[in-house]
Amino acid sequence: MTGPAIQLEGVSFDYPRGPRALDGIDLQVATGELVAIVGQNGSGKSTLVRHVNGLLRPTSGSVAINGRPVGRRHVAELAREVGLAFQNPDRQIFAGKVRAEVAFGPRNLGRRGADLDAVVERALAIVGLTGDEDTNPYDLGFSRRKLLALASILAMETPIVILDEPTTGQDARGISRVQKIVADLSAAGLTVIAISHDMRFVAESFQRVVVMRAGRIVLDGAPQGVFAEEAWPTLASTFLEPPLAARVGARLGLGATPTEAALVSALAAQAPAR
Amino acid sequence: MSLQMRGATYAYAGTKATVLEGVDLDVEPGRVVAVVGPNESGKSTLCLVAAGLAPAAIGGRLSGSVVLDGQETATLKPYEAAQRCGILFQNPATQLSGTSATVWEELAFGPRNLGLSIEEVVERVEGAMTTLQIGGLAERDPHRLSGGQAQLVALASVVALRPSMLILDEPTSQLDPAGTRLVGDALARLAASGTAILLVEHKTGLVERVADQVVLLVGGRVETVGPAATVLADPQLDEFGVDPPPSARITRALAAAGHADRLAGLDLAALEAEPVVSGGLGGGA
Repeated sequence: MTGPAIQLEGVSFDYPRGPRALDGIDLQVATGELVAIVGQNGSGKSTLVRHVNGLLRPTSGSVAINGRPVGRRHVAELAREVGLAFQNPDRQIFAGKVRAEVAFGPRNLGRRGADLDAVVERALAIVGLTGDEDTNPYDLGFSRRKLLALASILAMETPIVILDEPTTGQDARGISRVQKIVADLSAAGLTVIAISHDMRFVAESFQRVVVMRAGRIVLDGAPQGVFAEEAWPTLASTFLEPPLAARVGARLGLGATPTEAALVSALAAQAPAR
Repeated sequence: MSLQMRGATYAYAGTKATVLEGVDLDVEPGRVVAVVGPNESGKSTLCLVAAGLAPAAIGGRLSGSVVLDGQETATLKPYEAAQRCGILFQNPATQLSGTSATVWEELAFGPRNLGLSIEEVVERVEGAMTTLQIGGLAERDPHRLSGGQAQLVALASVVALRPSMLILDEPTSQLDPAGTRLVGDALARLAASGTAILLVEHKTGLVERVADQVVLLVGGRVETVGPAATVLADPQLDEFGVDPPPSARITRALAAAGHADRLAGLDLAALEAEPVVSGGLGGGA
């Protein structure tokens, strides 16, 4: 593998008979980076990540994955490199049993027998669905169907993993689980990208935040900068708000405190606890 | 009373396990009752039962009593239940009529089926679009919207029916923070005009802003019910897998670190309710 994990140069995309969804996107993601993509509804986030796994091809501009242009490479071939878990799990789930659903991807990549079983078992354990192997996916509630869709992607063991709104519909435990999965994948050296509207999740779990507005990137940096007070007007222009911790930090004159932990350490640095 | 449930116990068709167990619940006109609880605690099922869709439309066994606008749902025909309450499903794709080429037509679908005059249909469609600020989507194909746009359109299609009772299953799950704020404002206005609202919602920050009462549902049973501020401040929320509102989380984090005094005079819930930049979201740079 040479070159960055993901490289988009001047990528624009028009939906047929629809609006321009991407407007000259330049984005480079290094191997092993942990990136959140945020922005208002309809700002082009899901369209952007569909260019990374080849589901959509740019109207103009170019996309390269691991240093190789996507060009006319087939989606099935890109699937070895990029796993994408959809926002709506029901667009992804089709099998009659949980096990078969998770096995589909790795089987298509050539895994068989005990090796395949082990991959499926591992993926189900990661998302907490061990024991539901024989359940019909549609007997699972929405939140667990979402985790099932995530397991199907993890089982493909791709070096790049993209999650479209992974915390949607999850309760507190589900969000913690997703946070741990993201951290573990990143620690294992994978490139992880997530689209999210959950700013606390974004601030706590990601090293880099890319902010989109109307098909363009308007902010790109660490949570510390993207959620700092100077950036709030830009965030607001794309219908976003910083996490409450950042607002509290600014109100208390502590500077940029995008997370609760950052808020606590800023207070500790300023004055010892009483 | 818009909705009154007493000892409601329900099992889906073909299953023995009860998903709701002896649920008592009251929603009065003009009140917002929020339901919080961990995943798989029966929240979506509660919506289906409260709306009279279960068992009437999807089968299953219901015991106890579910009364919508003074009448047992068991005795209501599906269209009668539909006229008493509007329900928004968790997945907006489920909500689409599948017959409309534009968002405008999609919003007109329900009011037209109520047999309203064209003028009244137009007024309701325009009203719902204004309430949810989706005028810009009027000419778009409803099947080709982003997840969040589809969710606002689905909610608008229910609002256009002007039901006296609204049942909403995670209406903001795919919305950006401004969309969530917008839905919160819309719900507050609908309640102020007398609509009874049952709201299932994981975002406890939103619940804190709009709900009068909060029901904590765990394993199909009502674990706690009470005024929103009391239930949301309950430290056992965490243990049940419900994320406390951001204001409570921060208050606790600072208290645990010995900095509680630094929040003196700062009302975090009020700070959260305030717009971040003057002029509101969507303005600015």
